Amino acid sequence: MNTTTPYAPRDRFVSISSLETVAAWLLAIIWIFPLLYAFWAAFHPSEFMVNFELFAPLTLENFANAWSQAPFARYYLNTFALVTGVVIGQFVVCTLAAFAFARFPIPGKNVLFMLVLIQLFVFPEVLIVENYRIASELGLINTITGIGLPYVASALGIFLLRQTFKTIPRELEDAARIEGCNWLEILWKVYVPLAKPTYLAYGLVSISHHWNNFIWPLVVTNSVESRPLTVGLGVFSAPETGVNWATVSAATLLSIAPLLVAFLLFQRQFVQSFLRAGIR
Amino acid sequence: MSLTAYHKMQLYGALLLLPAAVLLTTFAYLPTITTVINSLFLPGFRGAPTEFVGLENYQVLFDDPTFWKVARNNLIYAIGTIPTSIALALCMALFVNGKLRGRGVVRMAYFTPTILPMIAAANIWMFFYAPQIGLFNQLLGILGFSGVNWLGDPSVALGSVIAMSVWKEAGFFMIFYLAALQSMPPELKEASDLEGTSRWHFFWRVTFPLLMPTTLFVLINALINAVRVVDHLFILTKGGPNNATNLLLYYVYENAFSFFDGTTAATITVVILLVLAVVATLKFTILDRRTHYQ
Repeated sequence: MNTTTPYAPRDRFVSISSLETVAAWLLAIIWIFPLLYAFWAAFHPSEFMVNFELFAPLTLENFANAWSQAPFARYYLNTFALVTGVVIGQFVVCTLAAFAFARFPIPGKNVLFMLVLIQLFVFPEVLIVENYRIASELGLINTITGIGLPYVASALGIFLLRQTFKTIPRELEDAARIEGCNWLEILWKVYVPLAKPTYLAYGLVSISHHWNNFIWPLVVTNSVESRPLTVGLGVFSAPETGVNWATVSAATLLSIAPLLVAFLLFQRQFVQSFLRAGIR
Repeated sequence: MSLTAYHKMQLYGALLLLPAAVLLTTFAYLPTITTVINSLFLPGFRGAPTEFVGLENYQVLFDDPTFWKVARNNLIYAIGTIPTSIALALCMALFVNGKLRGRGVVRMAYFTPTILPMIAAANIWMFFYAPQIGLFNQLLGILGFSGVNWLGDPSVALGSVIAMSVWKEAGFFMIFYLAALQSMPPELKEASDLEGTSRWHFFWRVTFPLLMPTTLFVLINALINAVRVVDHLFILTKGGPNNATNLLLYYVYENAFSFFDGTTAATITVVILLVLAVVATLKFTILDRRTHYQ
């Protein structure tokens, strides 16, 4: 063991028995099986849903059916608009608030910050009844703004950005001030660029959350014009509608495809983001 | 009157906070307060003023066996999902932290359910649970057993919902354990190897205690999810059969938007808020004592 040089990458993986390897793979197969099954069902005629045949004919008909039976193009557009809007709104509002918490002498700052953190537990969807009333008083029912607005002042965003901003040395700020920057310029030129990794992490977490969010969008929308993919999929595939299963699989895959592909391509970034946003 | 530089900073800071403060007030604080108020009043008929009834709505709620059934379901749901997904997450993390052939693929298989919407996951599991054509019953049929009504039998349905939630959740918790395992100093393992400690002992004496902060963190998240996430019920069971799988937040939704009983919905919401308050207290007292803010 003395042969290892101090800077050689350490062999950090613990060796495990072959029994554990089998268990690990078995669990992995069980875990991925539902998705593989959905893929199988979506790409084969519906009679092969339950009769597994390796060489059953492949088809795209289920996707064509799903696409024609429900306005998925519109749902995509709505989800896309929703996610973009929420993330931009969150970035702006949370950046300003986090900057205030990190650098400004606000009276009762700690109490205010604790109040913000309450939102880590009391989500808009828990207060669904009252938020519905408020949204309707503001004329936000059946609008994409109505789906997104309650999430814009995000405690998680404020928390993560405040934490990052606090680690940025004051000297950088002072240097910018000497060059004649005002507060907003300091924020924009010093703090925001240095917090890029936090924006990326928080952005990815937020995108996944809002792409997948269901109950609040369900309540606040009532027509195709504003429904996001999840709600569209929920309405489309509700068991009582009697839609063919292969079509439901295709519709399900359609709804998850963009996020799933993004995840598979940027796995590391996604996982790192969840970790960053989680360990707080 | 001229402002001192300090006061200017205060004013500036307050202005920066303003957008967040307005939004949080509108969609978090105000609705919380009005929910509590609504739970203390009975709505008047035809525009008559509402009537203050004190805790009567709570009395009515607590006399309602359906409420207790739903609350009990939620408790069973939490007890069913949380320890199982935490244990599985820990196993998964230990597996992919080990020298494993195809580690990347295995890790991806574990984690992928996490990024699906609950609705999509429920759709997929519907193919397994459906009474006649569902995959589970087909398999049972091949093995010569009669089928189980996975979502229609009141004694099985909640278990089926739990199984799906575990599948959806475990991979998410795994990444936190994996990160914790990878940040553990390898010297610990080397030292225990020198001492000849068995792996079983090493896990329970060293690894598991060192993972305790992660376990607490994951536990808090799992508790929140157990009250917050009810999306799958919309597809799988709609809370049925006969409320066998109904959970608190879904019951709020039903009361508000199917039975149009805003008062009961508000009263149950307050119960949920109390549960969340307990979880929050748990987090801020136990968990934060162990983590360090700057």
